[in-house]
Amino acid sequence: MSAAPKAAIALLILLALVPPAAAAIGDPFLTVIATRMAVFAIAALSLDLILGYGALVSFGHAAYLGLGAYAVAVCARHGITDLFLQMGAAALAAALFAAVSGAVSLRTRGIYFIMITLAFGQMAYFFFVSLSAYGGDDGTALAARSTLFGRAWLENDTAFFYMVLACLALAYGGLDRLVHARFGRVLTGTRESELRMRAIGYRPFRYRLAAYVLSGMICAVAGVLLANQTEYVSPAYMAWTRSGELIVMLLLGGVGTLAGAMAGALVTVGLEELLAGWSEHWRLCFGLILLAVVLWSPAGLTGLLRRLLAGGRR
Amino acid sequence: MANLFLLQLLNGAQFGILLFLVAAGLTLVFGIMDFINLAHGVLYMLGAYLMAMFALETGSFWLGLLLALATTLVVGLVLEWLVFRRLYDRPHLDQVLATFALMLILSEGVKILWGSAPLNVAMPELLSGSIPLAGPLRYPVYRIAIIVAGLATAAGLWWLIARTRAGMLLRAGASNRPMVAALGTDISRLFLLVFALGAMLAGFAGALVSPVLSVDPGMGDSILILTFVVIVIGGVGSVKGAFAGALLVGIVDTVGRIFGPIWLKLVMDPAAATQAGRVLAPMLVYLLMAAVLSWRPNGLFGRPS
Amino acid sequence: MTLLAVRDLRKSYGALAVTDGLSLDVAEGELHAIIGPNGAGKTTLIAQLSGQLAPDSGSVTFDGTDITRTDMASRVRAGLARSFQITTLMPAMTALENVALAVQGRSGSSFRFWRPVAAEAALNDQAMTCLAQVGLADRADRPAAAMSHGEKRQLELAVALACRPRLLLLDEPLAGTGPQEAERLVALLEALKGQVTMVLIEHDMAAVFALADRISVLVYGQIVASGGPEEIRQDPAVRAAYLGEEAC
Repeated sequence: MSAAPKAAIALLILLALVPPAAAAIGDPFLTVIATRMAVFAIAALSLDLILGYGALVSFGHAAYLGLGAYAVAVCARHGITDLFLQMGAAALAAALFAAVSGAVSLRTRGIYFIMITLAFGQMAYFFFVSLSAYGGDDGTALAARSTLFGRAWLENDTAFFYMVLACLALAYGGLDRLVHARFGRVLTGTRESELRMRAIGYRPFRYRLAAYVLSGMICAVAGVLLANQTEYVSPAYMAWTRSGELIVMLLLGGVGTLAGAMAGALVTVGLEELLAGWSEHWRLCFGLILLAVVLWSPAGLTGLLRRLLAGGRR
Repeated sequence: MANLFLLQLLNGAQFGILLFLVAAGLTLVFGIMDFINLAHGVLYMLGAYLMAMFALETGSFWLGLLLALATTLVVGLVLEWLVFRRLYDRPHLDQVLATFALMLILSEGVKILWGSAPLNVAMPELLSGSIPLAGPLRYPVYRIAIIVAGLATAAGLWWLIARTRAGMLLRAGASNRPMVAALGTDISRLFLLVFALGAMLAGFAGALVSPVLSVDPGMGDSILILTFVVIVIGGVGSVKGAFAGALLVGIVDTVGRIFGPIWLKLVMDPAAATQAGRVLAPMLVYLLMAAVLSWRPNGLFGRPS
Repeated sequence: MTLLAVRDLRKSYGALAVTDGLSLDVAEGELHAIIGPNGAGKTTLIAQLSGQLAPDSGSVTFDGTDITRTDMASRVRAGLARSFQITTLMPAMTALENVALAVQGRSGSSFRFWRPVAAEAALNDQAMTCLAQVGLADRADRPAAAMSHGEKRQLELAVALACRPRLLLLDEPLAGTGPQEAERLVALLEALKGQVTMVLIEHDMAAVFALADRISVLVYGQIVASGGPEEIRQDPAVRAAYLGEEAC
């Protein structure tokens, strides 16, 4: 274990220090931003599992963020306000959607896979847009944050932040074990050479599908937290541009390293907040920065990534 | 009922034709350059905005259309020259990100230039009004004009691809990229041409539709995703596939939205049917795509990988 | 005893019959070389034997079981492994990881999410044995991408051996190797003879005639002659169709 886990642990500690720092300088909004960073770091980690380790460029990952968010709204309406029960429901819904959409998408490769995952993401998006019971296009506000063991502890922003941070640490720790376990090595193998994997007796499809489902479930948990952070759910969480942003996070941090995914999420959310505070047309600047990074400094793209996609294109 | 069906069929065909105009350029870019372009939908939106601006400035629909076409062509050329040609040899992920960035830049630019409020374009005198279709049923002339213009463009594309030297290179490129690559210097000019042509067709679609839809900054997004569905159903790189896929998607989407609830009422109670229909209708094309792909993973006219 | 029996195998691309009614018997324990001019359909044959490509008609029987429609993974588990003409490895993984992944494929479930695979002694030990067998023991921790061409060819062989095959399909194992590397690989194949049945496709005639127990000559998708090295050397049809061409 070299520099990567150290970097990840450093990032987690850095995040953990935000609330006291925010209290010290009297800017509670910093904690809110740090919460968003941690939520998107979980989502980015989940995407990194399939994109970074499995070379599956999914462009519909935001759908799982949305599924998680709506799980909170649906559960709350039926009287289930416990955070962990909601997470369970979200993960279950995500697993079902991922199993079905993954079984179809994973039959394809390259550009097809990108476009099909995008289309499935849109399908989920339109489903919730037309769900008038939950506000349709506009979405719906949550009455309150989720509860823990029947108590409204999470209403406190700092407490909620540490809850999110704990989830992030768990997601990171779990995924770090997974990518270094038997399953992770097989998944990495399918990224490196599908043909070789089949020639040594593996059927890549089942491992890809398992990773795809797991990734969706983790992202749905991030969605549960996102809904709690904003206390609002809307189809905008699963807009295709949101899926694009998740990929941007991976690119900026470096694909195929878990610490990179976390760092990318932190940088992207931070940059967005910074630019948004500066101009209402922040997307223009964000786009220009992104374009400049891709065109002139593919440093975020490690050598690993180059090979990964050179292989993917055949 | 039959009349309503005919009407929706025509609406679906008209929508399909528009999808085809956007998809034609994109499928060639996908097929020949193995290039994924998320900024293509923005060109459609740009066509509509330029149309709105030029029609207002010149006071003439036709002059506006001509200027909008010319401008989107130029935009296509400039984008290819500035950005896209640097990306052909890059991994798909780089292309996704660069064109995603471009999409953010262009759509935000459009908002800065024209604001977020929807714009309207006046219909030309010549094409307003409606004609009798069957019995008491009438159909707007302008929508028929869209269908005719789209079919004429499709025919022109067919001629270009089947009968010209550039078209021969295109066909060779779609079926055998290394061979075309081996032809050397011609190739960069061919790419430029395809790109600019694709941009202009997307702009043309946007300009055409501007009098019947309101022109707003979100219009590029929704059409881009449907265009992907069209291309995936038709098969990447196949213009024929894009045509078939576009009509299929246009008709299924349009007819499904109107007739879905009606047909559902035959099997369930009306209130539930209305709700289910409203939820299912927008998902129909995606279900169609999933069905086509589980049957043919490379699309209807796609070559096996 | 016949380990692999191919009967009337056919595969066409349009009007071009790449495999045109091919029949072949490989006896258990032998090294059976298949030679033939370029474009004779040798790699296509290997692809059909390994399950990468489905034949249009005909049958492939392995150890008495019809495997014509069996997928690649099941064939590997039944004991039919292959090496590739174009090196096909996991570039980002070390030599040891490449081989250990093949060992893992036949030992237990890969749906294990917690225990670090790098610490599984059973996998690493078997992988090291295979690496030592091909002479790569001192290269175990080197990423495949950083190896020389010859080392990659050796690793390719080690990965195939790690599947513990009963029949090994070797698609030009010497392709692109220098004289010294080739010599080493030939010695390795010589050492493997008797332990594992091999089907060898190779352009290096010196190696083929030195190694093979039997040689089949493939021309235009058909076996035109089959026999011991001496027999093949003397066969006038073979000389005309193949060796003559080489001499030019």
